[in-house]
Amino acid sequence: MAQLRSAKGIFVSDKDAPASGRGISTRTMEIVVALTLLAVAALVVVDSYRLGSKWGDDGPQSGYFPFYIGLLLGIASLATLVQVAIAEWRRADQFRGSPAEQPSLFVEWDQLKLVLSVLGPALVYVLGVQLIGIYIASALYITLFMRWLGHYSWVKSGALGVAVSASIFVLFEVWFKVPLFKGAYDALAWLGY
Amino acid sequence: MVEISALFHGFAVVLSPFNLLLMLVGIVLGVIIGVLPGLGGANGVAILLPLTFTMPPTSAIIMLSCIYWGALFGGAITSVLFNIPGEPWSVATTFDGYPMAQQGRAGEALTASFTSSFIGALFAVIMITFLAPLVAKFALKFGPPEFFSVYLLTFCSFIGMGKGSAWKTLAAMMLGFALAAIGMDNITGRLRLTFGFPEMMRGVDFLIAVIGLFGIGEILLSMEEGLSFTGKSAKIDPKIVLETWKKLPRYWLTSLRSCLIGCWMGITPGGATPASFMSYGIAKRMSKHGDQFGKGQIEGVIAPETAAHAAGTSALLPMLALGIPGSPTAAVLLGGLLIWGLQPGPLLFVEQKDFVWGLIASMYLGNLAGLIIVLTCVPLFAAILRVPFSIIAPVIVVVCAIGAYSVHSAMLDIWFMMLFGVVGYVFKKLDYPLAPLVLALVLGDRAEDSFRQAMLIAQGDVSIFFSNALVGGITGLALVMLFWPLLSRGLAKLRGA
Repeated sequence: MAQLRSAKGIFVSDKDAPASGRGISTRTMEIVVALTLLAVAALVVVDSYRLGSKWGDDGPQSGYFPFYIGLLLGIASLATLVQVAIAEWRRADQFRGSPAEQPSLFVEWDQLKLVLSVLGPALVYVLGVQLIGIYIASALYITLFMRWLGHYSWVKSGALGVAVSASIFVLFEVWFKVPLFKGAYDALAWLGY
Repeated sequence: MVEISALFHGFAVVLSPFNLLLMLVGIVLGVIIGVLPGLGGANGVAILLPLTFTMPPTSAIIMLSCIYWGALFGGAITSVLFNIPGEPWSVATTFDGYPMAQQGRAGEALTASFTSSFIGALFAVIMITFLAPLVAKFALKFGPPEFFSVYLLTFCSFIGMGKGSAWKTLAAMMLGFALAAIGMDNITGRLRLTFGFPEMMRGVDFLIAVIGLFGIGEILLSMEEGLSFTGKSAKIDPKIVLETWKKLPRYWLTSLRSCLIGCWMGITPGGATPASFMSYGIAKRMSKHGDQFGKGQIEGVIAPETAAHAAGTSALLPMLALGIPGSPTAAVLLGGLLIWGLQPGPLLFVEQKDFVWGLIASMYLGNLAGLIIVLTCVPLFAAILRVPFSIIAPVIVVVCAIGAYSVHSAMLDIWFMMLFGVVGYVFKKLDYPLAPLVLALVLGDRAEDSFRQAMLIAQGDVSIFFSNALVGGITGLALVMLFWPLLSRGLAKLRGA
């Protein structure tokens, strides 16, 4: 959707505009992703080969289908790599010396900082869920997120965090009887759920 | 007319107080989901799916499909008032919807878009009512080779009809198939791609992928743009509604054309998003006021909304009749069928009449209820978007985590969800399409089963996929779809020469 948004000029264009700030170039990311997919493809092919990717006594073996899936994935990522290389080569040829020679950006550092400011705490939150369970971790996460990134008062942030967690508790444990993860150290055991 | 009496039976199933209540709850939740960034039809339904585990299947599908209709309606609100497409399929609605709002015609734009959505959906539901039983009856004759060729057609049309790089579509799709292969092999019982981790035996559930790719991924993407929403306020009073309704019949041709485009794109897995763009583009070319598009033409709202809803609704036809979903959201609903213990596929029309016709009847009622709810409650829903992002973002992450956990009560799934979130963010920015990935993940096992069964029947001879007119025709069509970009280029050259 990125290009759709920028086409209307609603949002900051993130792809085609020559970079004003610095960041990670689209080319780098294209290569990283294609190589990662290639590695996944290799994994799939190797594991399928181990299981047997041929025709056994009783029909196709377990690795028969995934083997070709892996193969196609590998071919597709290689083709993407080649396409990126060709596009890059043409662009460099066309814009030699002009400002457009700067590669287009996948993400600017400032944007990346914003993204990480959401992703980082979210990962810590999942770790928290693992340790102290969904309810307490969620209340803490919402509170701290609002406090640090939204600059709300402690009272407001805390109240909303607890309120959300409590309503989830009522909805899942009490009404729908779907138990959620209580964590390795169950601090809410005294509630009896 | 067998269909009509079956449909009335379906209405009888739906019109119980419990089901009607679920319908209303579903619509309201759906609109909220459609308005919020990071929650959309597919992952909204995926997150709420675990809550329906204990419900009767018919009630469950009514609620979930109503969430879907609600999300389709909700996307239009943010497009018109805030110039922010709440859903990808409402991007085209912003082109003329927002200018109309700027000119103080927000009420008119919203009325037009809701009404067109309703008409598009109605058209598609009527088509489903009469076409789906026929397709299902026809598909009862299908054996494994025929089913595999239909899967092949589905996936080939993604590659051939996709907008971006065909290689990226192929890569995303194959990644989905590879993920689907993780876990126990259905036929031989051997473990595949688990690398010795017992936790991996369960495999990767596509619901987790949907929640991560569309939910967390979208949050990360929105965050990049730094968020402060400013929007036009809107109240819809009955006078504006009536005035707009008086104008709408003038555009019957645009509506009809958009309905047809939508239905076609919905049944073949093009989906609502391309349908809305295509419909907008064609309306612009065919309209007398084509040059006025983008400046607040009401036709520019009617065309994409009608097509998006028609496509979103008709995506359920192949899901019901063949067990092959036409969109990620339809795929999630299909996953629901499996969880509730129903076997998707043509037999559904024979064995689960209550379920199928209850669902179809609820589509009529749900869309009508949706139209009334959105027309009356727009200011309320618009207020949701004024809640600052620093409150909404953590709450959505929490909701996604809970949704991911409750699918299998597995902690590992929450980690997978985060991983899929990052993948979704990167893939979206690099134009790797997500829909084929999700569909391959959903259909992977069943496509593989039908392929292996067909191979067993034929003793490994691939020519079974051309062994009779039916399977040969579908396989041939699949190949045409696959190479369509090359073929159309070739045709254009021939014509030029």
